[in-house]
Amino acid sequence: MQDGEAAATGFDPMAVVFCGQCGELLAAGDHLACQQRAELEPPRYCPQCARRMVVQVDPVGWHARCSRHGQYASD
Amino acid sequence: MTAVDTPTEVLARAREQVLDNGVGLSQTDILTVLQLPDEHLEELLALAHEVRLRWCGPEVEVEGIISLKTGGCPEDCHFCSQSGQFTSPVRTAWLDVPSLVEAAKQTAKTGATEFCIVAAVRGPDKRLMAQVAEGVKAIKDAVDINVACSLGMLTQAQVDELVAIGVHRYNHNLETARSHFDQVVTTHSWEERWETLRMVAAAGMEVCCGGIIGMGETVEQRAEFAAQLAELAPDEVPMNFLNPRPGTPFGDLPVLEGSEALKTIAAFRLAMPHTILRFAGGRELTLGDLGARQGMLGGINAVIVGNYLTTLGRPAESDIDLLTELRMPIKALSATL
Repeated sequence: MQDGEAAATGFDPMAVVFCGQCGELLAAGDHLACQQRAELEPPRYCPQCARRMVVQVDPVGWHARCSRHGQYASD
Repeated sequence: MTAVDTPTEVLARAREQVLDNGVGLSQTDILTVLQLPDEHLEELLALAHEVRLRWCGPEVEVEGIISLKTGGCPEDCHFCSQSGQFTSPVRTAWLDVPSLVEAAKQTAKTGATEFCIVAAVRGPDKRLMAQVAEGVKAIKDAVDINVACSLGMLTQAQVDELVAIGVHRYNHNLETARSHFDQVVTTHSWEERWETLRMVAAAGMEVCCGGIIGMGETVEQRAEFAAQLAELAPDEVPMNFLNPRPGTPFGDLPVLEGSEALKTIAAFRLAMPHTILRFAGGRELTLGDLGARQGMLGGINAVIVGNYLTTLGRPAESDIDLLTELRMPIKALSATL
């Protein structure tokens, strides 16, 4: 997950495998542009499986739901 | 106005016509303002700020927005990540009424007097209208805030229904100049949007209508757009700057230069001295913190605080702190009713 993103309940940060912005493997490439984009973008891809998530932005934060791994939310 | 007008001459005329008399500039003069060399930018912004203070006062109208229905839109607005026609990563989502009320409460806590409910649709169907009616009632029962809506193109019956449930302002952006619209949207026309705006105004709802700058339009088309908005005379003009969205046809367009964005803000203020001119999406990317401050001192008198529909904005506290620093009071709810 990118900076500024909070983990789902019970989420193991060690399970972060995919970039929340582009959905590609974090190990593939540096994802610098993704990190910059994350300042103004909620994650769109599940960090554990890269499925596209259903994301709801509200005035002060965001929630994202992966059909397999559940909910993520901003701080 | 002739081709031989110098920047000093056009600014002097703007001072007399707009600042002293409250009459907006013509399309020709707006174009001249947009084409001013950068060394006149400071002078231009100062004049636009004077015009804003003279005709609108020092208050700033603060608004929050929320997406009630996200994504899956059948239209092909080339800037929009919510179109179902593009390979955008945005998935369809619906917000329930309790979450809608919670978002309105969050917005009110910032001092905002406006809360706009937005849906990514061509126009509302019965299900959406029913949810909007339920949501507006629930918000009004729980939060002291004006409720606006942005639900796409409306029928007369839908306009009447929104009036009946107490929606005080309706947003429907023309997005760009009429001459450029078919390069931005092909699934409906500029005239269809105009017709909805005409019905909204005739029904007595406040009209909110603006667009997005930086979608490949020429400077001439930017002036045309300002003149067309001035003809509509909306109560509010939200100014967005293109934030190129991945997967959309405009995903690779360049971000507008900050100086161009600031000139556009000032030119729109000189075209519409009495309107509520609102900072909306894309300002973080185009202008950054310094540009936001310059815009607030260059004709803007309203802001969307916090996040947008699918993207994140500056924290609301940052904008509120800036207004405090600039000694710009937040417009009170009583002043908007």
